[in-house]
Amino acid sequence: MADDAGYIPYDAVNTKSSRRFERQPEYAPQDFHARVFELEADGEWIVQRVPEPYVEVMTKYGRKKKIPIELTWHHKSCGQCGHIPGYSTSIFWLNRKLGLKYVDPTDQTSCTAWNYYASATSNAAAQASVAMRNFAAAYETGYYPLIHCGTSYGHYKEVREEMLHHVEVRHQVRDVLKKLGKPLVMPEEVVHYSEWVHAMRDRIAAQQTRDFSSLAVTVHPACHYYKLVQEDAIYDPDIYGGQRTATVSALIAALGAEVRDYSTWYDCCGFGFRHILVQRDFTRSFATRRKIEVMKEEANPDVVITHDTGCVTTLDKSQFVGKAHGANVGVPVLSDAQFAALAMGAHPYRVCQLHWHSTEYRPLLEKMNIDHGHAWAEFQGDLKKLKSGEKEYLSWEDVDAG
Amino acid sequence: MGLFADKYPNVAFEEKSRLWEEVKADPRFPTYLYGCYECGICVAACPSARFYDFSPRKIAQAAAREDVELIYEQMNDDVWNCSQCFSCNRCPRQNSPGGVITILREVAVRNGLRSAKQALEGYSRIIYKIMGTGTQVSPDMLQPDAFPDWGPQVRDVSADLDAWRRALPPETLHTVSTGWQVDDKTIIELYLIWHHTGVMDMIAEVDEGLHMILSDVMEEKLEEAGYQM
Repeated sequence: MADDAGYIPYDAVNTKSSRRFERQPEYAPQDFHARVFELEADGEWIVQRVPEPYVEVMTKYGRKKKIPIELTWHHKSCGQCGHIPGYSTSIFWLNRKLGLKYVDPTDQTSCTAWNYYASATSNAAAQASVAMRNFAAAYETGYYPLIHCGTSYGHYKEVREEMLHHVEVRHQVRDVLKKLGKPLVMPEEVVHYSEWVHAMRDRIAAQQTRDFSSLAVTVHPACHYYKLVQEDAIYDPDIYGGQRTATVSALIAALGAEVRDYSTWYDCCGFGFRHILVQRDFTRSFATRRKIEVMKEEANPDVVITHDTGCVTTLDKSQFVGKAHGANVGVPVLSDAQFAALAMGAHPYRVCQLHWHSTEYRPLLEKMNIDHGHAWAEFQGDLKKLKSGEKEYLSWEDVDAG
Repeated sequence: MGLFADKYPNVAFEEKSRLWEEVKADPRFPTYLYGCYECGICVAACPSARFYDFSPRKIAQAAAREDVELIYEQMNDDVWNCSQCFSCNRCPRQNSPGGVITILREVAVRNGLRSAKQALEGYSRIIYKIMGTGTQVSPDMLQPDAFPDWGPQVRDVSADLDAWRRALPPETLHTVSTGWQVDDKTIIELYLIWHHTGVMDMIAEVDEGLHMILSDVMEEKLEEAGYQM
């Protein structure tokens, strides 16, 4: 980056910094694993082990975390599936492309945490029961839960803390699960899909078919990924000197794109849970003024990549009003899963479903050397077949054949 | 007596104290508040503090010194401004002002405070969706009149929604009124959770109409499955 362009000179993400940031063990919270297994030994619950083979990654205080490679049970996200379905579709496509076994369950409810953080019309026992019902459903299939939503991931880690340390909550939940005829199961690790993407980044890069070396990227790390029960989010001394989560940024570096920094990286996106639904003046203002405009001024990225439902929604959808007011906005927003899928040759509409996104993304596709006009015509052909009744659904086989 | 003038003098101190005791009785409370340095790091990190007259530090302070009157005021006037992003967990004292707010909100709802009812006006359809169907937002919510500020793309989605959903390769995503396909058995288990954990009672406190509709929907399905609530 040229200094005279007004960018913050920052290359810690791509090179090893001489500054080292050592976390001191005395500040590390207690490792939860021992208590998880202790409760299993006491007969209180079953611990679902991370299936082999797995990848070991480092978390904030230097501990190891196991990330399953396959045999994953995909705990889907309300906002991804409902409003930006190319997000979930890309996660599944990556698994298929890498030849990995997974389950896309119908015996799954939302974590209901979006509603809980928005309205508080629930309580600790109910929230933990919802989580443990889903964990039990995963266990019954023999596949390991992989959590798509950042809020589900953060909330389930909160639930784990409550189940570990508050016996009254644990026993209340145990009794509820008994009434449902379900076992009480705690996964050995709570794993976010972006941690799986992070762990698979070299394999993804090995199958990269599109050159991303000309792309400038800003990263929005999702609050509920690394601010809630922060000790088991992924950190890496080689990424930002270990001072920020390495998830997402390490993937972008592995795919050869340039990660550019901006000063408000720690700020939330403005989602607000209740605000995005009933008080969007706050959401729009925060997303444009504190995030997108700052990114534009300081880094001028081609795209912002993030790893949570609410963040993609907020940062993408909020730019329309900003543009109408003449604000310095106009940065396409993708999830890391969509970005990785595009790198591996995924169709921008059949797989990444970019037509569900609001902010103009076509210049980005052009920079990726994707003929979006041709791709859109192909997708229009699919829609024609669906509408005429020639086809009922667009299938994975159709996508693979295309 | 707190440091500030009592904004709700018509509410008895005993009632405010009762609500505060309910907050403190939550098993999570002791792990959300350890004291406060008044350093303001939580305020610096807080998105809501930039847009509202809102301060996570004041929430932590009021709770730490058990200023019952100020806490009651915050429970009514402040807590619904919080973004629940938990940026305030950056606290060097390991507090979670956002966590304290979660509990304050929960107590406000459970006790049917008027401010909680007002805060949730317009939100009922979301509660109905998540409690009734097991997914929070659905594709058919994307209507131009509901999201005019998201631009013309919302119109494109709603105009071709059925075909666009059928153009999704994962078999579970062909739904329009739910985020994904959820089994009936799964929904029934979710209803049982709401009933067995007191959530239905909370709904009754803040929205009687919603409670009635949800009860009807749930009872029918539960009875079909052989459950009597």
